[in-house]
Amino acid sequence: MRRDRNETRRLVLRGLRDGFPIGLGYFAVAFSLGITARGAGVSPLQGWIASILNHASAGEYALYSLIAANAAYWEIAAVIFVTNMRYLLMSASLSQKMPRQAGFLRRLTTGFFITDEIFGLGIAWPGTLSSLYLGAAFVLADAMWATGTLCGILAGNVLPAEVVTALSVAIYGMFLAIIIPPARKNRTVAGLVLAAFAFSFAASRLLPGLSEGMRTVILTVTLSATAACLFPVSDGDEDGTEGGMKA
Amino acid sequence: MSQGGIWIAILVAAAVSLAVRALPLTLIRRKIRNRFIRSFLFYVPYVTLAVMTFPAMVDAAVHPAAGIAALFAGTAAAWSGAGLFPVAIISCVVEYLTGLL
Repeated sequence: MRRDRNETRRLVLRGLRDGFPIGLGYFAVAFSLGITARGAGVSPLQGWIASILNHASAGEYALYSLIAANAAYWEIAAVIFVTNMRYLLMSASLSQKMPRQAGFLRRLTTGFFITDEIFGLGIAWPGTLSSLYLGAAFVLADAMWATGTLCGILAGNVLPAEVVTALSVAIYGMFLAIIIPPARKNRTVAGLVLAAFAFSFAASRLLPGLSEGMRTVILTVTLSATAACLFPVSDGDEDGTEGGMKA
Repeated sequence: MSQGGIWIAILVAAAVSLAVRALPLTLIRRKIRNRFIRSFLFYVPYVTLAVMTFPAMVDAAVHPAAGIAALFAGTAAAWSGAGLFPVAIISCVVEYLTGLL
């Protein structure tokens, strides 16, 4: 499939534009992650590479904690699997937006791009997914993520604590920007978002031993399956909601 | 952990993360026709993001009131059609200002 240079340019620019705000939020989160990594004895280069390759806040936090605890490699593999299990669902969801002819390498790289926020951009994209758009957003955001980790390891705690806290809220603001517009258009999605808030809150307070990653997986599977039984979607619903989303 | 050990740990983590992210995308090659699975996958993203947003957003703030204020401000902004960046900035600013109170 060929596309002209203008089209390529347009997709890349749009990806960079949408990736930048994500990267800003990432920088702040990764900075505080870098402070954790430094405590675990991770060098700046190691932290930078680990962030480029893993790019997952909960997963990396777990990784640095396990390194600090001198954990076994199989244990690291198991914990990373569980903390990142939600990406299995996101990847399955994105598979439905890939063009059918997409080959192995393109699918592999698109999978590598998945983070909570990049996935958000992916589902907000109307129709068949553009890997070029998603890739441009990812590369910029991931570079800022890795730079944030690097700076955190090098500089330690130089930003005022209030600023770091305020910046860490940015990620959740982005999540809201992704879920609220479709919730406004589709009552089932709205009800589901409210139910997810309620159950997530209840689980966090009643089952403090349950990790955030596991909570996300369990609630996502049960609530989505319940909604799929009670309110199955038709083609029209899916297109209507996705087409109406803005990111 | 030794420096070499840390490198191995990083590579193990990277390999597992890549597998989790890429396996469904590479294995599921066709449009799923089953209505239940299609509906399930349609709802997944909203539930995942909602679960991750609350109460994490409130817990991340300096105190719960600042987090709730940011949550409402962000929701209102997104409701009225603001994009990713404006909603993120509004949430940060509201958290920062109410956090000072």
